[in-house]
Amino acid sequence: MFQYIIRRILIAIPVLFGVTVLNFFIINLAPGNPVDMMVNPSATPEQLAATKHALGLDQPVWVQYWNWLTQLFHGNLGFSYSTREPVTQILLAHVGPTVMLMRVSLIVGYLIAIPLGILCARKQNSWIDYLVTGFSFFGISVPHFFLGLGVIYVFASKLLLFPTGSMNTLGGDGGLMDTINHLVLPVLVLATGIAGNMVRYVRSSMLDVLGKDYLRTAKAKGLSQFIITNKHALRNSLIPIITVIGIDIPMLIGGAIVTEQVFQWPGLGLLTIQSITSRDYSTLMAINLLAALTVLVANLLTDILYAVADPRIRYD
Amino acid sequence: MAMKLNPNKNVPEADGLATSEQMIAKLGDEESYLHMVSRRFFKHRLAFIGLIVFLLIILIAALAPVIAPHDPNKIFNEFEAAPSATHILGTDPVGRDVMSRLIYGAQVSISVGIGAVAIYVAIGIVLGLVAGYFGKWIDMIIMRLTDIFMSFPYFMVILVLVSIIGPSLFNITIVIGLLGWPAIARLVRGSVLSIKEMDYVKAGVALGYSTPKILFQHILPNALAPILVNATFGVASAIIMEASLSFLGMGVRPPAASWGNMLTQAESITVLSSQPWLWIPPGMMILLAVLSVNFIGDGLRDAIESQNAK
Repeated sequence: MFQYIIRRILIAIPVLFGVTVLNFFIINLAPGNPVDMMVNPSATPEQLAATKHALGLDQPVWVQYWNWLTQLFHGNLGFSYSTREPVTQILLAHVGPTVMLMRVSLIVGYLIAIPLGILCARKQNSWIDYLVTGFSFFGISVPHFFLGLGVIYVFASKLLLFPTGSMNTLGGDGGLMDTINHLVLPVLVLATGIAGNMVRYVRSSMLDVLGKDYLRTAKAKGLSQFIITNKHALRNSLIPIITVIGIDIPMLIGGAIVTEQVFQWPGLGLLTIQSITSRDYSTLMAINLLAALTVLVANLLTDILYAVADPRIRYD
Repeated sequence: MAMKLNPNKNVPEADGLATSEQMIAKLGDEESYLHMVSRRFFKHRLAFIGLIVFLLIILIAALAPVIAPHDPNKIFNEFEAAPSATHILGTDPVGRDVMSRLIYGAQVSISVGIGAVAIYVAIGIVLGLVAGYFGKWIDMIIMRLTDIFMSFPYFMVILVLVSIIGPSLFNITIVIGLLGWPAIARLVRGSVLSIKEMDYVKAGVALGYSTPKILFQHILPNALAPILVNATFGVASAIIMEASLSFLGMGVRPPAASWGNMLTQAESITVLSSQPWLWIPPGMMILLAVLSVNFIGDGLRDAIESQNAK
């Protein structure tokens, strides 16, 4: 086990390196020059060259990459091309809202999906099974922005139940309740997608386990259906589900970009769109790296967790 | 008999090899593999409905110039008009006919959906075949490359790349196509690893067939089923991807009509709350298209998996 974990981490290192290379070169495909955006339009060519030199942009690409990478290890992500603030600071200001949104959405999504999945497996081919399957198809098929606009239309514009836009009421005194109120609709959107995807896995995994001999044994011993389902079967059926969490993270990042835009939620997704519009490539590069790192770590953790949770799995 | 007279036709018996379909047929099943899968598929009610809806959307896209009531870019005097006899779904803030734009939008979704997936399936098949068949360091490199590509949150990279190279229908198709291959490559590699140990592949090697022939004619046909399922779901996600990019202003740009960019207007609260005809129809079309493709994928998966489980 320990060996497996070590090897899994060792494999992640070249991948991480590749991720930084790919990330750097994607951003370097950008046409035009950040310098043109930064300096006064009436600047002389000499001033332009001086700014370029100061930023190290006159060096070959691989030197620029190396400089960027070494700075990265010092925790320096450079300065924003548009606001000139340190990118690290900008990221720190936006990471909280996104983490909050994602964490709550994941929890809500799983809290919906796991009981529904179990219910479907227990009552296979009943009307509730069909209903949940329908919901699941809806969840995986509806684009986040359409669902987002839909819930704003219904819950904010017509029923006036929840506020939209940002995280707190503008000019209000904030507070936890205010944030929760603002959180409900975006979470509803993201959790629908997560639950729609998850419920299918729970259902089929549960169906697999319910057919196993050891459950028949448990039933023969006279254990109650409740104990059998929620203790014996659930534990075993949740093991394959661990890998789904790894799949959910990248999906959630994509979903968060769109959802944050629709609800003007002040997180990394909104920052991404703003950075794209203002051609702030240094910020964009940092967000992209952070997102890739998150996915990489999530995959690593799910792999390890999977191996820990199911000792039957042996990796050579 | 006529087929055998044709010298260019590759008649399996002449090779002394059987494809999987024939092998299964010889194993006692009366039906061919393809026949069985399609029978199971058509018995799947939702999949059948999905197929019909998707074919209808393709038909709408193909016949757009004929069936659209107006030119999608023609500007009428009445803007933001409510639905009426001349404009079934009203007009948008610029004065263009919403119904016509909706019909032309189908072309965008269909071409991105099918185009992008075709590109990445081709890339994924080649890389997966090569990695699985040759193994060793080639496999190692291709798989690490796959890991790297899979580490990037798909939508985020596509968004950043498209914003850099410039948003357009062509560019998003290419970008989704160039980034979507890792899942297919992994799938194909996995199939190849098990198939290459089969006797008929070893026979092919012993008979001295060229490697491409073994890869594409003997191994690939037997790995197609999971690729097909994956590609179908891929079409659904490519359609969502295009719509989301266009919604964010990073996909198909106006005046060209796409279902995604038609919804951008609904970011204005007046359009959202008082002109639902501007944004609900395109949103429903995206949902319908994606749903129909997902139904097809689900039916295909069931048809193929129950076959394998047998």
